[in-house]
Formats: sequence, structure tokens, C-alpha cells
Amino acid sequence: MLKETLIQLRLSFLFVIVFTVITGLVYPGVVTLLGQVLFPRQSNGSLIVVDGKTVGSELIGQPFDDAKYFWSRPSATSPYAYNAANSGGSNSGPTNPDFIKTVQGRIDALKKADPEMADAPVPMDLVTASGSGLDPHISPAAAEYQVARVAKARGLDPAKVRELVAQNTQGRWLGFIGDPGVNVLKLNLALDALGTSK
Amino acid sequence: MTTNQWTQIGFFFVLLLLLVKPLGWYMARVYEHKPFFLGKWFGWLERLVYKICGVRPEEEMDWKGYALAMLIFNVVGGLILYAIERLQNHLPLNPAGQSAVPPDLAMNTAISFITNTNWQNYGGESTMSYFTQMAGLAVHNFLSAASGMATLAAFIRGFARKETKLLGNFWVDMTRTTLYILMPICVAIALALISRGIPQTFSNYPSATLVQPTSYDQPVTNAQGTPVTVDGKPQVTHVAVTEQSLAVGPVASQIAIKQFGTNGGGFYNANSANPYENPDPLTDLIEMLALLVVGFALCYTFGVMVGDKRQGWAVLFAMLLLLVPMVFLCVHSEQAGNPLLNHLTVGKEGASLNDGNMEGKEVRFGIVNSGLWATITTGTSCGAVNSMHDSFTPLGGFVPLWMLMLGEVAPGGVGSGLYVMIIFAIVAVFVAGLMVGRTPEYLGKKIQSYEMKMASLVILIPPMAILALTAIGVVTDAGRAGVSNPGAHGFSEILYAFTSQVANNGSAFAGLNGNTPFYNLMGSVAMWFGRFWLAIPCLAIAGSLARKKIVPQSSGTLPTHTVLFIIMLVSTVLIVGALTFFPALALGPIVEHLKMIHF
Repeated sequence: MLKETLIQLRLSFLFVIVFTVITGLVYPGVVTLLGQVLFPRQSNGSLIVVDGKTVGSELIGQPFDDAKYFWSRPSATSPYAYNAANSGGSNSGPTNPDFIKTVQGRIDALKKADPEMADAPVPMDLVTASGSGLDPHISPAAAEYQVARVAKARGLDPAKVRELVAQNTQGRWLGFIGDPGVNVLKLNLALDALGTSK
Repeated sequence: MTTNQWTQIGFFFVLLLLLVKPLGWYMARVYEHKPFFLGKWFGWLERLVYKICGVRPEEEMDWKGYALAMLIFNVVGGLILYAIERLQNHLPLNPAGQSAVPPDLAMNTAISFITNTNWQNYGGESTMSYFTQMAGLAVHNFLSAASGMATLAAFIRGFARKETKLLGNFWVDMTRTTLYILMPICVAIALALISRGIPQTFSNYPSATLVQPTSYDQPVTNAQGTPVTVDGKPQVTHVAVTEQSLAVGPVASQIAIKQFGTNGGGFYNANSANPYENPDPLTDLIEMLALLVVGFALCYTFGVMVGDKRQGWAVLFAMLLLLVPMVFLCVHSEQAGNPLLNHLTVGKEGASLNDGNMEGKEVRFGIVNSGLWATITTGTSCGAVNSMHDSFTPLGGFVPLWMLMLGEVAPGGVGSGLYVMIIFAIVAVFVAGLMVGRTPEYLGKKIQSYEMKMASLVILIPPMAILALTAIGVVTDAGRAGVSNPGAHGFSEILYAFTSQVANNGSAFAGLNGNTPFYNLMGSVAMWFGRFWLAIPCLAIAGSLARKKIVPQSSGTLPTHTVLFIIMLVSTVLIVGALTFFPALALGPIVEHLKMIHF
């Protein structure tokens, strides 16, 4: 038994080393090589570059609270919202009184920014934090809730704003998988581009 | 629930069932040493591994030899991983200058990764060097999955063989699982994920200029690190943020194996909720299929290896019966939402958008793919998350907790889920045998007192460990200190933590602060017992069964591929789970639900 144990100990040690090379170095190396050759844009983070300047990633959300921009969802990342180097959710329990108060505060802020919407139902995703704190999307209802405010702040026709919302909506895959979402960063960049081209 | 939600769930399970047969057939070829194309291409690599390590592939082991090799391998792997973590500040590939991992956290993490749990009491980006992530943690994503599948292969041989002591060679099963099943399929999954936007690079984090700069208040601290207050008010400085640092890295390669090997340890803190880890509905579908398919396909492999595919399908349908109804309960509860929030968001005359509980969820997945994922990630031992379970409604959060408590059998972790499910099948035939007064048999093997003693161990150890550790967590100050939400929900956080670790799942009600000496130590005990104290009795049963003759079928044999048997098997799992855990569930999610609907 002791001799057998010693043989297995030596074997275990060598086995871990060999598979550290195969699965820890060769495997990620091969995948990186193939990824960089076949899909270079995606492999490097799907960055959005405007006028030679990186302004974000089309997959990662950014915080907005100016009336002229569509607002993203609340974010619980630390120490500031939409910290893409420290993703995470609030982990607030559904009956936690502090959490209910926080949501009430967000609803008040939304209604204050656009008193005309005070009687409309509030889209839930617009007042709750996402799991990652980096959600790039809001629901189409959450975009519609903000159209009038953004159009007014920019002096645009609401129909034009709705057109941009539609252009920046990612639909369901194959028409039925997942939920549709409006990419807030891309939408706001499109709005800004509208302003500069005038 | 909407028609679209029903369609999405139905479509997912149809796709899953279509994959079962080809993958299950292929895995049977690997374990039965029959020829297949990858074996021709990579046979040289397999032989090279044997040569370097000194494996004699033709020498098979009895159950004690197999169990000994498995245990020694895991101890050695764990110790090497512990050493890497403790010494990472002296090792290469540490550009961020991470210091050595503290001993209690290093032990918890090492045990977590060798047991296929991937419970994480740390943030990867703030604790671990690149070297630790790649050469330490990522390697055990493969090896812990392979270890579970190898144990299953030996377990199945116990049924398939007769009048022999030999169950196979542990090292051969490990090597073939990794080289022929896990790695090639993970390369394909990783490339599919990259094409949809998951990063795969070794370069530094790119920096982006925020379209609208933001800011935050940072508490002022003195030289000792304690907050400075003036007139009782904490002092803050205003910090402007104009740049967004985009955390990229070799993500796709790790996500592929973390899903396919039911590991669950994410590259990012938010796991598969992070858009870089799971950017759109298609990647979500691929990741869900990856985490579930091996568990179900192994049922087919089991059927092929014991020479009766109907037996595999019967176990598979029992697993589906345990899993699918819970998907609907979870999605329905989350869609109904949180009444405490619903009444805040209604407009004039009670108009509501009925958009469910979105706290901790991502818009692109919506309620349905968050609920579906939560159920299947806890039905397997994966534990990856695409939404935050801690923020689910009480009944929505009950579902993942319940799936963990059933003992990870629907379909459970790769390998480990099926061997525990077959133990439940043995218990089911035993109970049936008692009812009609005959010696129970399963797959032609007599089930006698030795098998039943071992099966009882497998069924009793997890609930004992979960309930005892939760009780300790609730009555000690150190245990209660980690809780982040008040009341019944806090109890659920502790219960979930220990259930998840004993079940080797690794998902969490993540509000709990687990990085304390108390939780690191108790969690290590939970994960170790949950893994090896089940694997060893299972191998003992296999060793005992392999020695037995095949009993010819007679009119008194209980057929184990019928609807009747599937119902008996499901009932056995449910009764054991419900009777053991109902009191604890009543104190947690059930009380919270009743409180919530009567706010």
C-alpha cells in the first residue's frame, strides 16, 4: 500500500504538470491565436472608435444623467457606476427596506427630470440595477419613457428620436430568443452625431 | 408567462435533447476504447502523456486502487494550487503586483477548484495574478470535470462488467476525457463565443473616454485608514471619472470550459451577467446548452455502456421531470415580480407594464432566460450565473436553492450528478423490493446490504453537512457577521452558501460576505465532504457490483425502464429532499414570501 501510494504521488505530480502545460498554456494560446486571426474586432473588446478616439465598447454600458441623453439603467458597481473593471449587482434582497427606498429615489429622480411623465407607469428595468452593473441596454419601453424628454432637451422632433431608437434596438435572435434591448451608448452617440452634422 | 416565454423554454429543451444522442454516443466510444476520428489524430499526444507520467495504460485498477489514485491526485493538485496562490508574488506573470493570497482564502479556493465547485470568495481581478488564473485555476476547470467523469466511467463499469475486480485505469480515463471530450469541444465553443463578442486577448485593458463624464464621493481616511468625520459627518472628496477601463483578457477560452465542465467560476466578478462574458441572446443559449448537455448526454453513454439504452433514457426523463417544472415556477415567480416594487411603478389608474422583477437581471436575457439559467445552473453543479439570485423574489430564489438541495441530480455535475442519481435509482429499487418482498436488482445486479449501506451514506452525508453547518452559521457571531440583508432573507443567504458548497455548485446569494476565516474554513469542509465522501462510497458500490454475476431476468424482476420506475425514481429524490429540508426552507424563502405578499 505504501509503495503504491508513493508511485501514485509521483504520477499525480507529473500529471498535474503535464496538463498545466496542455490546458493552461497550449489551450488558451491556440484559442487566442485563432480568435485574433478570425475575429480581431470581437477578440479585442468590440471597441467603438469615433474620430480616432475610443469612446467605449458596444457591449459595455456607460452612465448618463444629463436630460439630453437617454439614461442607462442604475448600476451597483463600486466605487462608481459602470466601472467596467469591477462588474457586479446590488445583491439586495427583495424585501430589504433600504432597497425599496433606493428604488423610490430613482423613480422620483426620473419624474423630476420629466414632470410630464409623472402619471405614466415606470418601466421596471429603468429603476433597478442590472446583474453586471454594465448592462448596455434598456428595454424599448424604458426608451419610449425618455423620448419626449430627450427630444425636448435637444429641440428635435420626437419622431426623429424614435427613429434612432429603432435603429439602435437589438431584436430577439431569430425573432424569438432573448429580449429586445436598446443600446444606450450607441443611441446617444447617434444623437450627438446628429448635432455635429448640422 | 407569455407565449414567447413558453416558446423559448420549449425550444431550448428540444435543442438539448437533439444533442444528447450524438454526444452520448461519442463519449461511450471514448470510455469503451472504440475507434473514433479524434483518437486517430491525437493518439500520439495520449501516448506521450502516458510516457512522460509513467502511466501503464493496460493495467486496470480495482475500486480501492481507483479511489486511491483519484484521492491522491486531488490532494496533490490541491496542494500545488495552494502553493501557487501563496507564492504568486514571487512567480512570473504578475503585472498588477498581487500579493500572496492569505492562507484561509488560498485553502478555500484550492479546495473549491479541485472539487469542481468554483465557489469564489475573492474578486479575480483584484486578488489573483495571471499566472494563478491560467496555470492554477483554469487547469483545474478541466481536471476537476475530468475527475468527475472518470469516476462515473468506473462506476458504470461496475454495472457493465461481471465477476471481475477491475474498474479501469484512473489515469487513462482522466487523459482521454480531457484530450478527446473536454478540450476539442471547448475550442469550438470558445470560437463561437468570440465571434459574438467575447474577448480573447493577452493585451492590457483598453481605456475609453466616457461620453458623459461622471463622478463619485470618496470617503476621506486618515493615515491609519479610518474614515475622518467632522461634526459627526463623514468627510468625502469629489472624484471625477472621465475614463472607462475596459477589462478584457483571455475570456472566451475560460468561459467555454467553465460552462462545459460545469465549473462555473467566471472570469469577471459578475460572471455570465457581464456583457463581455455573455454579450447577447445567442451566446446565452450556447452557454446554457454547454452547461447542461454533458450531464444529460452521459445518461445516453450510461445506456450504451450497460448494453440497454432504455435504462439511460429512463434516468434522463426522471432528471427532466425534476428540472422542467422548476423552470416554470422560477420564471413565473420572477415575471409576477416584487409587489413592494410593483406598486411604486404603477402609473395613473393602476396602469402597469408588468415587466417583472428586473433587479439583478440583464435586459437582453429578460425574465425568461434569467429564470431558465438560474434553474439549470443549480440543477447541474455549474453555478455560473447570468442574474443575481440574491435579488430574486422569495419563490424565484427558492427554485435554485431547491435544485441544490435535491443533491445535484437533475442532471448534476459532469459525472458526479449521474452517479448520485444512479444511487437514488438503487434506493428506489430497494424500496420497491421491500414492498413486494423480493431481493432488489438493478441492471441484473443484486442489491444487497453492502450496497444499501454505501447508498445510505451517499444520501445522508449532504443534508447532515448542510444543516449542521447552517446551524453553526446562524448561532455564531462570525456566521451572522457575513449576512447583508435583514430578516428571513439573511437566513436564506447562510443556508444557500452551505448548500451550494456541499453540492459543489458554487453559485451564491452573493450578498453574503464569505471571505472571512469562518466562512473560508467551514466552506472548505463543506466542499471536501460534498465531493469525496460521495465519490468513495459510489466507487465501493461499483467494486462490489463488478464482482457479482448477472442475474437472469425473471417474471419477478422490476423493469427499470418503464414509466412506473421513472415515477418511483422521481418520488424517491423528491421525498428525500423535501423531508430533509422542508423545515429549513420554511424559515427562509417561505417565510419571506408570506411576509412579502402581506406587506
